[in-house]
Amino acid sequence: MTWHKTPAAETGSLLIRGGLVIDPAQNLEARRDVLIEGGKVRALLPPGKTPRGAEKAPAKILDATGCWVVPGLIDMHVHAREPGGEAAETLATAAQAAAAGGFTTILAMPNTEPALDNPALLELLQAKAERDSCVNVLFAAAATLGRQGQRLSDIARLAAAGAKAITDDGRAVADAALARRAMEWAADCGLVFIEHCEDAGLSRGGLAHEGPAALKKGLGMTPWAAETSVVLRDIALAELTGCRLHLAHVSARQSVAALAWAKARGLLVSGEVAPHHLALCEDDVPGQDANFKINPPLRGKEDRDALAAALQEGTLDAVATDHAPHADRAKAAGWDAAPPGVIGLETAASVILTRLVHRGKLSKKRFVESLSSFPAQLLGLKSKGALKPGMDADAAVIAPSAFWTVPETFVSKSRNSPFIGARLKGRVRFTLVGGRVVHAL
Amino acid sequence: MAHTLWNRKDLLGLEGLSRPEVEAILDLAAAFKKSPPDPKLKGRFLAFLFSEPSTRTRSAFETAALRLGASVLGFSATASSLAKGETLLDTVRNLEALGVSYIVARQETSGALDAVAPKTQASILNAGDGRREHPTQALLDLFTLREKKDRLEGLKVVVVGDALHSRVARSNLCGLRTMGARVVFCGPRSLVPEGFARLGAKIERDLDAALKGADAIYCLRLQLERQKDNFFASLADYRAAYGLTARRLALAPEAVVMHGGPLNRGVEIDDAPADGPQSAILPMVENGVYVRMAAFSLIEDWRRRHDLA
Repeated sequence: MTWHKTPAAETGSLLIRGGLVIDPAQNLEARRDVLIEGGKVRALLPPGKTPRGAEKAPAKILDATGCWVVPGLIDMHVHAREPGGEAAETLATAAQAAAAGGFTTILAMPNTEPALDNPALLELLQAKAERDSCVNVLFAAAATLGRQGQRLSDIARLAAAGAKAITDDGRAVADAALARRAMEWAADCGLVFIEHCEDAGLSRGGLAHEGPAALKKGLGMTPWAAETSVVLRDIALAELTGCRLHLAHVSARQSVAALAWAKARGLLVSGEVAPHHLALCEDDVPGQDANFKINPPLRGKEDRDALAAALQEGTLDAVATDHAPHADRAKAAGWDAAPPGVIGLETAASVILTRLVHRGKLSKKRFVESLSSFPAQLLGLKSKGALKPGMDADAAVIAPSAFWTVPETFVSKSRNSPFIGARLKGRVRFTLVGGRVVHAL
Repeated sequence: MAHTLWNRKDLLGLEGLSRPEVEAILDLAAAFKKSPPDPKLKGRFLAFLFSEPSTRTRSAFETAALRLGASVLGFSATASSLAKGETLLDTVRNLEALGVSYIVARQETSGALDAVAPKTQASILNAGDGRREHPTQALLDLFTLREKKDRLEGLKVVVVGDALHSRVARSNLCGLRTMGARVVFCGPRSLVPEGFARLGAKIERDLDAALKGADAIYCLRLQLERQKDNFFASLADYRAAYGLTARRLALAPEAVVMHGGPLNRGVEIDDAPADGPQSAILPMVENGVYVRMAAFSLIEDWRRRHDLA
């Protein structure tokens, strides 16, 4: 079942003029003017050409000179915190933060309070998002009731109601037999199963990477094997069940190796990586600053570099922010007591451009694939992830060379970012959802 | 009628039965349905050996035996010796020593009867062994379907639900394929493993798609205790995906609706399809008597040919 933001309100035409269109789905990296009508991409025109068949000039023109024009970014890992965590974020504010970062579609995780584990709550949240959110908000539903890892949730009914993925994100489905059943039902319903790979036993006692930095600071630690052991188990279950498996926030180089092995076996397994894991490592954590406390944790340099290489060569498929807003008060509780997680929607594109693309570690093509085309394909969004004529006019216009410094204030309701004060190169100028401009600088 | 092509002491399963053998049972059952039988089993004793509860199957066997004139021992071996730890074989031999010719047995263990049958002169009729076979159920299903459609060859039969734990599904798969029908198993991966494809069933996950062009829909009983092990999430979720509703039945207007009972109404089957004009559920119960009479009769012929009382 498809669900998408209705672009009905926006029927006027619009031309994004003078930009470099990067659209891997049509193998395009060239200067084109993008003509939008009725919320859809109407045509890609060589620069200066009059729109063919257009009876009159476009009602509105966006100047994209010197900019990249890319399919709207899709973040398949967002904690929108509604319901239950509205002090930190809401569907509306998460959507605004997304728009500011060039994201036109986000997948909200089900670890809310209560958990999104039933079709009634899903329908309510979808209606709310439809009304309040300026970008497309899709929902992943919990694999087990209350994310308690005991009883399967009603996956068939959740799928029929519009859920786009099944996951207990925030924790793994610990019981392997239950994980098997969840994957089987997800597969039967045509949904991807997303796993937060973490062995709760191995990670008990601390959320700093088990490496020299945390050892020196005397922090409680979690080893890479807490992640990789579940990655390996789930790869086996994916083969057993035939389920499409997606690994959330891969952080360890050993997990990357496991993923490469699964792909070599021809299994339907993919992986995402968060911008903070690509840009930072254990050495970058200042003291016990809780804005750097993340699950999974910032790991070693070797892991960071292996993740970047895997993203470029395609072993890792997607960049997803794991946007995890927390109120100042919660993060002020100190390293041990603070909840893990960082926000990322507003900085993701700029961080990837600055740390990877501009340093020659990631191609423009892979940038767009990992942030748009792949997530669209994985979530079954047929009219998104590319700028082909007839598809939804979801787009981001990015000034790749614009410098900015990440301020202490955010569009998001929270500001727990490890990038505050960072000087970044590349910034989102415009974000369009269904042809409507939802962000402009 | 010389049914010399039936050359078996027991009826343990449909696996291995030839098409003429199955047809012999179905044809004889049809004859019994038309005209009352001779009391062919007069003077013969029959005992039940049930380690699982049963109402329908046991009553149908008993009715069939009584109509043929047999005497039915009024006890259930379960409650007595098996519960005290006596082996199945010892119990069977004791019954044999008492002069019992027919033992109708239901056992929790798949295949339990196969080891015992060759070691007794009594004829064993399998009334369900674990998850493996329930031959008389499948025979009455075949009989009823043939009665409704005048043939079995080429029919598309969609079996919906928990095939994994179902002896009815396994026996029907054997029987239907032997008779030339096409069998589709439809259900979730947890209850309909891909492996059934290797056993000759076509696997379909989407019930709406499976129902197109179906000549019969066989709803398997959902054992509610499977929910505890997360084979399915809830009755509502199961019904949403695999329940036979009026809307779904409309996708298969020519299909005979079948269910071996007992029904979980509102779960695997709604009232309208269960009680509507396409339903064969009650005729199945009636036919169960004729099919079992036919089985007794063919085996009795065999016993006489082999000078067994």
